[in-house]
Amino acid sequence: MEGAIFEAIKLAVTKIPDDVVESLQEAYKKEDNPVAKFNLENILKAVEIGKREQIPVCQDTGTVTFFVEAGIESPYLREIKEAIASALEKATKEIPLRPNSLDVVTNKNVGNLPIIHWELVNGDKIRVAILPKGGGSENCSALAMLTPAEGFEGVKRAVINRVKECGGKPCPPVIIGIGIGGSSNTALKLAKKALLRPVGERHKDKRVAKFEEELLEEINSLGIGPMGIGGRTTALDVKVEIAYRHPASFPAGIVFQCWAHRRAFLEISSNGDVRIWQ
Amino acid sequence: MAVKLRTPLNEKEVLKLKAGDLVYLSGVIYTARDLAHRKILEEGAPFDLRGAVIYHCGPIVQKESGRYRIVSAGPTTSARMNRHLEKILSMGIKGIIGKGGMNPEPFKEHRAVYFAFTGGAGSLAAKSVKRVLDVYWLEELGIPEAVWVLEVEDFPLIVGIDAFGNSLYSNPR
Repeated sequence: MEGAIFEAIKLAVTKIPDDVVESLQEAYKKEDNPVAKFNLENILKAVEIGKREQIPVCQDTGTVTFFVEAGIESPYLREIKEAIASALEKATKEIPLRPNSLDVVTNKNVGNLPIIHWELVNGDKIRVAILPKGGGSENCSALAMLTPAEGFEGVKRAVINRVKECGGKPCPPVIIGIGIGGSSNTALKLAKKALLRPVGERHKDKRVAKFEEELLEEINSLGIGPMGIGGRTTALDVKVEIAYRHPASFPAGIVFQCWAHRRAFLEISSNGDVRIWQ
Repeated sequence: MAVKLRTPLNEKEVLKLKAGDLVYLSGVIYTARDLAHRKILEEGAPFDLRGAVIYHCGPIVQKESGRYRIVSAGPTTSARMNRHLEKILSMGIKGIIGKGGMNPEPFKEHRAVYFAFTGGAGSLAAKSVKRVLDVYWLEELGIPEAVWVLEVEDFPLIVGIDAFGNSLYSNPR
């Protein structure tokens, strides 16, 4: 199991998923600003080098974040936590990843410690989503505790303001995850999980899908562009996830992901078979 | 305009650059980010700052048969270092490489330039690094925060902020 998790981490940091690359190529075609073209050309070259040479596309291999859906009948429940930690340690040495876990008090760098979000589900499979999250984009995360009267319009305003404030810092063109509803922490968690959906895919609820599209269009009209130096594409996509809210609250979590959207999934069946994909 | 430059930079060369120019930089550059800036300001730099170019970068480095090799080395967000910018430029640094832009005023005041490379394109940036010449504060600060002395060749950069304070960024903070 450790070996499979290692392979999935390696896939995530060395190969940018096809849907993301396609949208980057699309952005390159649309651009006529020479500085924006310089950046997008570099991006596409870096993607190619990462894939060909099996090295991390971005040196910030991030805080390696795992979303685990653990089937309560899986025979591997006892092992999964340890397997994630040891696969990450091996990945840090062998791929290699950048050691990114610092002691808050002493600043000592201790390597890479995973952040794991657990969810118990029915069945006998374990599904793991891997999201290595770089610091530049993560620093742009925001939580807007809106009132119900502000509603979706309030969310839109909060997102646009945050995109403007952050400019080139999160490495645009970005992908923006938004979680609406739940409580403060669930809104942010949903926002991060929203990033796992493929670029170009719309929310299954048509009204939410429309909101995603409107927001994407408005963000791309801002002209911030690749790396914040101007251009047509500031965001590749906007993903919204929703949850039930308290009558008094309308929380919106906003999470940015850089263009180097690293992501991989694996599924461990009860017989030990493993499937890895992006 | 595309220009070839070699470190250390002198004021005459720096004053010729305009925001938006493409520069191919060769010579020696020094990585420095949050903690290295603090240490340089508190204890002084372990290298000659006059005309030097620093790189806001925390690379991935691998040690192979006793030698360090840069695996991936794109820029980090420069705005975090805005608070140290005035002091660091007053120490004689003539160029800063990073991403996302910085406060343009100190660049005008100290006649220095800000070069932009594409954030996230670490695998590509590593191709411009010929070798690791030295490293300072590795034990204490760890790989990403240490000062890596890198020899680069034709590192392709865009002048993001020139020595007259012209900036390509609309939001440097």
